[in-house]
Amino acid sequence: MSNPSITTSRWEITDGHTLEGYLATGGYQGLRRALEMTPSEVHEEVKKASLLGRGGAGFPAGIKWGFLPQEVWPRYLVVNGDESEPGTYKDRLLIERDPHQLIEGCVITCYALGLSQCFLYVRGEMAHGQERVAAALNEAYAEGYVGKNILGTELSVDVILHWGAGAYIVGEETALIESLEGNRGMPRLKPPYFPASIGLYGKPTIVNNVETLSNIPWIIENGGEAFAKIGAEQSTGTRIFAVSGHVNNPGVFEVEFGTTTFRDLIMGDEYAGGIRNGNALKAFIPGGASAPWFFEEHLDLPLEKSAVDNAGSMLGSGAIVVMDDTTDIVKACHNLVRFFSRESCGKCTPCREGTNWLEKILERIIAGHGRKEDLDLILDVCDNISPGITWPPKQTTICPLGPSAVSPIASSLERFRSEFDAYIEDNQVVTPVELMEERS
Amino acid sequence: MSKLNEDNLRLARQIISMYPQKKSALIPLLHLAQEQDGWVSNEAMKDIASLLDVTPAEVLGTCSFYEMFKRHPVGEYQINICHGISCHLLGADGVLEHAEDSLGVKQGEITKDGKFSFEGVECIAACTEGPCLQINYRYVNKVNSSDFDDLVARLRSGEKPDIPLHGTLAKVRQRIPSEKSAGPALVESSSRPIWLQRNEDEG
Repeated sequence: MSNPSITTSRWEITDGHTLEGYLATGGYQGLRRALEMTPSEVHEEVKKASLLGRGGAGFPAGIKWGFLPQEVWPRYLVVNGDESEPGTYKDRLLIERDPHQLIEGCVITCYALGLSQCFLYVRGEMAHGQERVAAALNEAYAEGYVGKNILGTELSVDVILHWGAGAYIVGEETALIESLEGNRGMPRLKPPYFPASIGLYGKPTIVNNVETLSNIPWIIENGGEAFAKIGAEQSTGTRIFAVSGHVNNPGVFEVEFGTTTFRDLIMGDEYAGGIRNGNALKAFIPGGASAPWFFEEHLDLPLEKSAVDNAGSMLGSGAIVVMDDTTDIVKACHNLVRFFSRESCGKCTPCREGTNWLEKILERIIAGHGRKEDLDLILDVCDNISPGITWPPKQTTICPLGPSAVSPIASSLERFRSEFDAYIEDNQVVTPVELMEERS
Repeated sequence: MSKLNEDNLRLARQIISMYPQKKSALIPLLHLAQEQDGWVSNEAMKDIASLLDVTPAEVLGTCSFYEMFKRHPVGEYQINICHGISCHLLGADGVLEHAEDSLGVKQGEITKDGKFSFEGVECIAACTEGPCLQINYRYVNKVNSSDFDDLVARLRSGEKPDIPLHGTLAKVRQRIPSEKSAGPALVESSSRPIWLQRNEDEG
């Protein structure tokens, strides 16, 4: 089946990242179209498109935009390009291969909402992406697509390339704002739940993901209704999925929402091409490290927000990680928990202490020193971070990072408890002091 | 190891001028210091503090939060081996163990010749290319143990000049010509953007 190509249309074009290549393939037509409309009409088109945020939470962008308070100025746009969720690999490609599309999306958004300056925050480790955006911005400024009096109109907006320095938590929108203000990237206390009311420098701020904004030029050029016709009723348009792990043909695919299933994407020849070496599927993560795992019986679910939500997980960041039957589930679980432990910012006690202890207990189990009561202990710690261990998770913390560490544990313990038991059975229990001595 | 040099001071002032508030330039300036020296020294942090009108402790506070800032020298080539879940499933732990044996140092240490240091890092967004790594933040995909040794040997012999020494991130910088700049949207400027007038004109 063929998928409409909205955000990835220039990925195979060698010079798609240059202004020349971009213009030759219809670039900046959305901006020209937007400037023929009033700002409110542009906002209206995005609402009609029902574009869901592509960062992870899946909140409708047009509605988020509507949270801006009346007549408070200046307002800012902050672009979230701090992609770091394990398994997630799409924003980097959008940044590297089609930076002008993103810039165009930013300028249109600033026009629609009266945002006076845009900060394009690219993850620190993405040196090549930063170079591509810098080069694209320099070209765009020279030709009047960004900056003062854009395309000869009264629209004047600077787009500033800003870059991070390595911290997953900065993907949380209030932490992103803290980081952009030059601070430690720690999430802010809620409410307000959206920086639209109080954001950067205490002013109204829209924070949107790279993929979300990359959809905007197409929506304005073709109309919100045309966009809404693609995909499923509640998940319009396309989504970029990265399929990685134990598959024959790991890759990044733009897929129409609702028409494709996990089975198509993981097993289909035109996509990831099935499990490696003819092995059996053991489990897969449907939406990034924070998402509860799926199994064989979930393969026929359509790639669509409400279907996946109802089945007890999320499409999240569009990262599908496949594990075959050779996978050591305890080690995979430890790997994911260690990530959240390392990336906890330390602000909220349940997350800072809880994820750290979860990691240590799992490490002890893998090292062959697990205790019979460890699995209950793990679940007790999980319950302290996220009471009831439910989905969607309850929080004892400011942001969802802590509860995210609970997902892989709840999933793997429920399904593969015997593998944990196997690590724990018949092994030698040691004291913490002995364990430290063994390590050194 | 040191204060920011003249060129970097000039660049620092340019960067600061793009933001509505000076402190927003803190992370970019720390990168600038790291680009100059390969790591971030106390002297550089003091310099940055005075440029931004904040205390050196505030600069250190931010600097110490972010993994990429090194407050001690690292190898000319800092090798970051991804051990995120996708790379883990494809054998990243083996590459990490091999790196330790092959370089003869542990994670976070520097080889005697000062050329290399390495560490395991969280997902670097190349998940379909695992196991992957970055050398001074330049990607190398699908690396096994012998690929790793080849890479190290080539870097030792001075090959691979497209990888800059540690500290340099983007080799292209954003430059906004003053006549093209809309200018920073200062927090105090509470006026409505003029293009929104179009809503009323049409309505």
